[in-house]
Amino acid sequence: MPAFEYAPAPESRDLANLKPSYRPFIDGEFVDGGGEPLKTVNPATEEVLAEVSTASAADIDTAVKAARKAFEKTWGPMPGSERAKYLFRIARLIQERSRELAVLETLDNGKPIRESRDSDLPLVAAHFFYHAGWADKLGYAGFGPDPKPLGVAGQIIPWNFPLLMLAWKIAPALATGNTVVLKPAETTPLTALVFGEICQQAGLPPGVVNILPGAGETGARLVEHPGVDKIAFTGSTEVGKLIQRQVAGTPKRLTLELGGKAANVVFDDAPLDQAVDGIVNGIFFNQGHVCCAGSRLLAQESVVDELLDKLRYRISTLRLGDPLDKNTDVGAINSAEQLGKIRALADSGEAEGAQRWTSPCPVPDRGFFFAPTVFSGVHQSMRIAREEIFGPVLSVLTFRTPDEAVAKANNTPYGLSAGIWTEKGSRILWMASRLRAGVVWANTFNRFDPAAPFGGYQESGFGREGGRTGLEGYLDV
Amino acid sequence: MSAPTLPAALADATRDDASLRRFLHGLPGVDQVGVEARAAALATRSIKKASKLWAIDTAISMVDLTTLEGADTHGKVRALTAKARRPDPDRPDTPQVAAVCVYPDLVAAAVEGLKGTGIGIASVATAFPSGRSSRQVKLADVALAVESGATEVDMVIDRGAFLEGRYGAVFEEIQAVKAACGDAHLKVILETGELVTYDNVRRASWLALLAGGDFIKTSTGKVSPAATLPVTHVMLQAVRDWFTATGELRGVKPAGGIRTTKDAIKYLVAVHEVAGEQWLTPELFRFGASSLLNDLLLQRRTQHDGHYSGPDHVAVD
Repeated sequence: MPAFEYAPAPESRDLANLKPSYRPFIDGEFVDGGGEPLKTVNPATEEVLAEVSTASAADIDTAVKAARKAFEKTWGPMPGSERAKYLFRIARLIQERSRELAVLETLDNGKPIRESRDSDLPLVAAHFFYHAGWADKLGYAGFGPDPKPLGVAGQIIPWNFPLLMLAWKIAPALATGNTVVLKPAETTPLTALVFGEICQQAGLPPGVVNILPGAGETGARLVEHPGVDKIAFTGSTEVGKLIQRQVAGTPKRLTLELGGKAANVVFDDAPLDQAVDGIVNGIFFNQGHVCCAGSRLLAQESVVDELLDKLRYRISTLRLGDPLDKNTDVGAINSAEQLGKIRALADSGEAEGAQRWTSPCPVPDRGFFFAPTVFSGVHQSMRIAREEIFGPVLSVLTFRTPDEAVAKANNTPYGLSAGIWTEKGSRILWMASRLRAGVVWANTFNRFDPAAPFGGYQESGFGREGGRTGLEGYLDV
Repeated sequence: MSAPTLPAALADATRDDASLRRFLHGLPGVDQVGVEARAAALATRSIKKASKLWAIDTAISMVDLTTLEGADTHGKVRALTAKARRPDPDRPDTPQVAAVCVYPDLVAAAVEGLKGTGIGIASVATAFPSGRSSRQVKLADVALAVESGATEVDMVIDRGAFLEGRYGAVFEEIQAVKAACGDAHLKVILETGELVTYDNVRRASWLALLAGGDFIKTSTGKVSPAATLPVTHVMLQAVRDWFTATGELRGVKPAGGIRTTKDAIKYLVAVHEVAGEQWLTPELFRFGASSLLNDLLLQRRTQHDGHYSGPDHVAVD
């Protein structure tokens, strides 16, 4: 009997309307940036996708000034009901262009088309729809009768969910009456720049949204620019700390959404097959490039062997490869640099005595790929239990009692998310009130909704995005 | 009442009613949202060209071509057996189906029609479809089927007893039917539409496997909902877990409501990814269907010819 080979089903890359070069979006226009141009690479093939002109210090200044002007003259004074119309229009345009955006995101980021198409893009549109609804109801959000916007928001987003993080930042900022200067990540600037086109299509007044591609230095300049009233950053804890130092002593507001090392706690009475799916989704979704990834599996000792057997079997069915193929479950690591970090941390796990298991799936010769990997016999003292790996690497630890599970789950400098798997409702509530994490999922993992606030504890940052609470970060309350 | 071939731990589970209950209720629960999400996600795998052709031929070879009407006649069964022998007369390379499935009183007609083909003769027995009769009547039904030449018996479980929590009674009845089957393979119909919850489906699956069922089957086709993808996922997990525990391979048969090639392929993907490649054979996976075969044949022609042909190009039997 021949093996059941699925047919390749690649999405056409032509849909992305890829252009040879992209430029910064400032004051409603695409302009040549004065910075050193950068090349953005398809991580699945290592080929250069496009050249991107970046922003210089002068460009940042121009953009902040344009944002200030728009805030004072058009966007700030505009009634919320009018702002809502623009946001609804943007949301609908995103839906109309979702296939193009999904393919472009997959080319630039390396994530499977199944995820960019079925997960990222619907959520991006949902965030604009949701916040459009708030724009004319801010007086009823519980922040007083007439909460005021802050002004110009400088926003810096990471490469793991380029367009989704843009939506998380821009939608609430605009809904509350702020204007925006946004810096997308160095390795994934393309969809953000196409979003500039969407702003034009929506007829958004010039200066309300500005997109400035560039590297870390561009971000640093944006943070220290005196014309910026608020900084919102999603990214690594290391950079978050730098930003906090930079902002300290200034009147700037700050929200940070940083790294994580989430515990996914599986009790012996859990629905094991679905827990296995939840673990897989928790750590291999988006190649593990998820700040709230369930990268630490805490399994009750009485079921750990059974759970690991099921888990290894399930992981070995995951298909790794061409992100544009609809059958692909795990795509490419975003950059060579990131792949290096993942390898180094995985090697440290082996060196410190954890047992390494790697999925036997074939790995393409070209591109940045890392086969799904599980470490068992991991202890809290090992690097792979403490440091964020940001890749498809799962560390498996065990516990014996609920108290031990809570203690181990909370024993991390981070606190972004956690998962609980048990059929016992009372235990879910007991655990959820004790876990120090911004989001606690029960019998599921990595579910997002614009109405649910998202954010961290401790070194995972502060401030919330999404929901009514998320508005607070952009209002003077 | 324990079955002699089971490993000690499992044999112990069947010692008495209480231990059976403890064992079945100790199985991991099934999370409804999770299993339905996984089933939906797997249903989007892309099967085209060579892989589709392979899937179609595999699906044809797994069909239990079925007629279970009150109006069934010898003529209808003869026509069905002719179709089973040569599903597509224009294309002799088309695989034969796995079995023909009829009521016990028509088994003799099916035996006649399938002589020398190696195609299985399945019969629904045990007061199908409700199962509401005395043990004596049910066993007599099985005896009629087997004596008439059935090689496979599809029994229904007593859903009433199951829902009352009388697991021992269900277990015993399956064992009794299994004994009455002799060499015939036993498929145990759980009628999952009446069991309603996935937890019940998992418990009933284990109960049937413990009692010696060779196959677990979703439905009679007379109750809605019949086979669904998530229910089949749970049953595939059960046979896989059974294999892990005992080293024995048991089969799964979704039945009722699977009408299109597209649907059948979704089930094959589930077999492949949930249970494993080993199960992709008619010995371990069947489709209980009457109209599915024609769609498979039409799609098979489409794959070979490069264009669609109409429903009049395949036999209506």
